[in-house]
Order: sequence, then C-alpha cells, then structure tokens
Amino acid sequence: MLDVNHIRKDFPILSRTIYGKPLVYLDNAATSQKPTSVIQSLVDYYESYNSNIHRGVHTLSMEATDRHEDARSKCTRFIGAKEDKSLIMVRNTTEAINLVAQTWGKHNISAGDEILTTHMEHHSNLVPWQKLAEQNGASLQFIELDEDGMLNLSNIDDLITERTKLLALTHMSNVLGTINPVKELTAVAHKMGAKVLIDGAQSVPHMKVDVTDLDCDFFAFSGHKMLAPTGIGVLYVKPEILESMEPFLFGGDMVSQVWDDTATWNDLPWKFEAGTPNIADLIGLGAAIDYLESLGMDQVREHEMALTGYALEQFDRLNDIKVFGPKDLSKRGGVISFHSDDVHPHDMGTMLDREGIAIRTGHHCAMPLTRKLSVVATARASFYIYNTEEEVDKLTAAIRATLDYFAK
Amino acid sequence: MSSPTFDFSEVDDLYQEIILDHYRSPRNQKEIPESDMDVTGINPFCGDEVHMRIKLSGESISAVSFSGNGCSISQASASMLSDIIKGKSLDEANNLYVDFRDMMHGNDLNEDSMDNLGQAEALSGVKKFPIRIKCALLAWSALGDAVKKHKSE
Repeated sequence: MLDVNHIRKDFPILSRTIYGKPLVYLDNAATSQKPTSVIQSLVDYYESYNSNIHRGVHTLSMEATDRHEDARSKCTRFIGAKEDKSLIMVRNTTEAINLVAQTWGKHNISAGDEILTTHMEHHSNLVPWQKLAEQNGASLQFIELDEDGMLNLSNIDDLITERTKLLALTHMSNVLGTINPVKELTAVAHKMGAKVLIDGAQSVPHMKVDVTDLDCDFFAFSGHKMLAPTGIGVLYVKPEILESMEPFLFGGDMVSQVWDDTATWNDLPWKFEAGTPNIADLIGLGAAIDYLESLGMDQVREHEMALTGYALEQFDRLNDIKVFGPKDLSKRGGVISFHSDDVHPHDMGTMLDREGIAIRTGHHCAMPLTRKLSVVATARASFYIYNTEEEVDKLTAAIRATLDYFAK
Repeated sequence: MSSPTFDFSEVDDLYQEIILDHYRSPRNQKEIPESDMDVTGINPFCGDEVHMRIKLSGESISAVSFSGNGCSISQASASMLSDIIKGKSLDEANNLYVDFRDMMHGNDLNEDSMDNLGQAEALSGVKKFPIRIKCALLAWSALGDAVKKHKSE
C-alpha cells in the first residue's frame, strides 16, 4: 500500500490553499503535480551542468549528454522496450502521433487503405489520422463502444481486414477511464498484417506497461502526466520499423554528413531528434521515473483502483449524477467523468473551485466521444498517487451542495 | 463522515437569481421561420454554443429566436440578449454589444448605456470570475460579428 501521507509531503503544491481551502487536485488526467525530486533535477541541471549535448568535448557537455541519455535509458526500461534507440524524444503524445502519421503513415498508407481507430480517442489520436487519410486517399474506420463505455469487439473480424494498415487506439480513455485490451487487439491486427499504434498517455503514468509484451509497433506517452515537466514526451517504435522510416524534422543533430546539396542521416534515435532537444525536461522525466519506481507501479495501480472504487460508491449516492465508463474496476483507471442534467459542468467546475477542488470540465479533447455520450460536456475527476478518500469525500459533498444550490 | 457546510455567498454575484431564471427558462426559444441574419457563437475550448435567428424589418430587428447548449452563464446571457435587441436597429444592437463588452472588461459605463443593457447588467458580477467572461460574451460577440458581416454584404 502507498504511504499517501508521506507521498503528499513530496509535492510542495499540495500545501497550497485556494480561496482559503486546502487544494484538492483532481485534474491528474490533464496533468499531474510534480514532486520535489523532479523540480530539483531541473534546478540541478541548470545550476550545475547546463550545456548542449552530443557536440562538446568539454566537461559540462559530457555530463549533460550522459544524464540526457541516462534518462532515455530509464524510459526504455520503464516501458519494457529492449533498446534505447527505439525511443524518440518528442514534446508530447500529440507530437509523437503526428510523427508516425507524417513519416511511416505518409509512406505506408495509400489510397483505398483503412486506418482503424475507436470512438473513445483523444483528438490527438484522431485528427492526425483524419489528415493522413485525406492526404493519401485512405479511409477511417471506427470500433464502436458499448453502453459501459467499453469497445464493442463483437464485429472486430469485420473491422480488421486486409485493407487495414493501422490500428490506432488508446490504452486508457481519458474520459471514460476504460482500459482497452490492447495486447489482444494487437495480435488480431498483426494477423491481418496491420501495424498498431497505442496512445499510452493515460496508461503509462498509472500502471505497469511493457511494450515488448504488448508487441505493439508504436507507443506514445507524455511526461507531464506522470510527475515530469511539460514539454517532454516519448515515441517508442519497433526497431525494424524505425530503421525504414524517413526523418520527421530536418536540421542539426539528426545528420551524419552534410554537403551543399545533400545529407545523410544520423544513427537512431537521433535521426528523429533534429535541433537541440529538451535536455532538462528529459532529465526531469528520468527523475519522475525514479520516483514512480520507488513506489512500484503495481502499488500505484492498486492505490488508484481502491480510490476509484471508493469514489464510485460515493457517486452512487448522488442520485442526480450520471457516471460514465465501466463498472468493473479491473477494466478502468482512476478517471471518473460525470454529468448532471441540472448543473452544467462549467458551473460545477466554478463551484468546486471555490471549495479548492480542481476538476476538468468540457469535452476533454474528445468531441466525437462526448457527442456519443449525448452530452455537450462532462465534468471529470481523475486521481493519482497523492489523492485520498478524504478528498473524494470533499468532492462528493461539494457536488451535493452544488446540486442543492442550483435547485434552490 | 460529518456533513461539511458550504458557504457559496461568494458565487451569489455570479449566479444571481435573474441569471438562473434565464438559464432555467430561456426566452425566445420558438424558432422564427424565416430569418435575415443567422448568428452562431461557438467556444471551441468548452463546447458552448449559441445560435440566433434574426428577422429584420428595414434596419431594425423585428424578431429573434435563440437556441443553444452550454453553461448557465452562456445560455442566460444569450437569452437576455435575445430579449434586449428586439426592436433595436442593427447599429443600436452593435452598440449594445460594445457596451456589454466594455462592462465585462471592467470599464465604467455611463447611465444611458447601463439603462440600455437592462437585465443584462446582472451579468456584471461575472467579471469577478475572469475565466467565465468568455461565457457571458459568447452570444454578444457573435452578434457583433454578424452585424459587421451583414453590413458589409
């Protein structure tokens, strides 16, 4: 079990008050808070060994290069990849998916081909494929959802066919919390010759992930949702696919040799990392991984399952609130989207903010999904390692008071 | 768990009774069959929408209908707007938008402008909640844009 009281002391922001009330931070699916060790890793870099990497023979540059590549290795190990050269550093999940769409996708998806995705994707795993389909004359197909917000796989054999070149889906829904059977779907897609991209933005921060075991071809996640700074994300690509991919961005660092009219490319993964990278924030991501590994990802998952179970019980008592997503805790993460016919999510968000409670309101960058749920917007509470049952109580009590306020 | 007490007096400025009344019972919902101007305001960040149909008689607004979906502030604000602009000329409607925008941005209005805004003055409390100002402005700035467009056609 996590020692949550101890963990909370590692997060300076959690001692803040909002309108005189202790901060109750329940917007973790948007971004997580940062522990002192991560913040300190940035300070250490800038105070002690700030330097550009891969190009200097001086001590600072060597130190920075070592720490940068060491952080990449931590990411490799953390997601169960085999080789550091399989991991390309990007800004975030969105950039990772765009990279795949505009390099591998551009050259491997042609007119008449199909890209299969789902109706629970974040815009970042939908719009890049819309654009690619339009550019290359391919079409998008969708796996529908059932009433519990799980993928309806009853017709999966009709959906994944010889025409399917890519299955792009989320590991965990940022709206419903649904954890998808990505390993099984990857096997089905591979049988038909399709590649698989998994959006791991919501899964990697909250559960053990092993990309080798999943056998997926592409896997993307962001640092900022897992205790790390903003501006650093990771794209994993299977080595044999990465070898064949054209670069995404061109310029310094990604080249081997350059002449007046042509150039050759650097080795992997640097071939995909043009320009000075986000050195400090990758080092910060390394520190975040150290922190999560010190807790143990199985313990993280266990804590969030218990808290989500407790929260769902409390939500059950709020009769006027509809909760979305699977009932089965083993099939959902710590994300609870809810809706009231009487109080719009933005009004709910404003009222809760007055109580120091931070939740997300809106369409959560998943407009096709919110449309499917027949709502314009929802409110969403999402948990992490530092959240407590007491905070869940504050949330549900404030929701009750808000419903009463609007019913007056 | 002991039942905590909530003091929402701070938000009473935001959610005045007249605003909640417009939210619960929005005005001018019956769609007018023919329109001369269609006004649409969408906030892509939150998904709030307002749609207005406006019938002109010469240069003045003879009928308005509105529909929409969104938070109490965006919908109440649109409902109030749809009441206020009836019978006004397009220039007057645009002036109302400008005055309302000034009010939301914290500028003092003269007495005439305040009178013209009528019930919508109740929305002045929204300016204490900066993040919600865009909700209040949604219908009004859409109207301002539509008037500009109509006049340039």
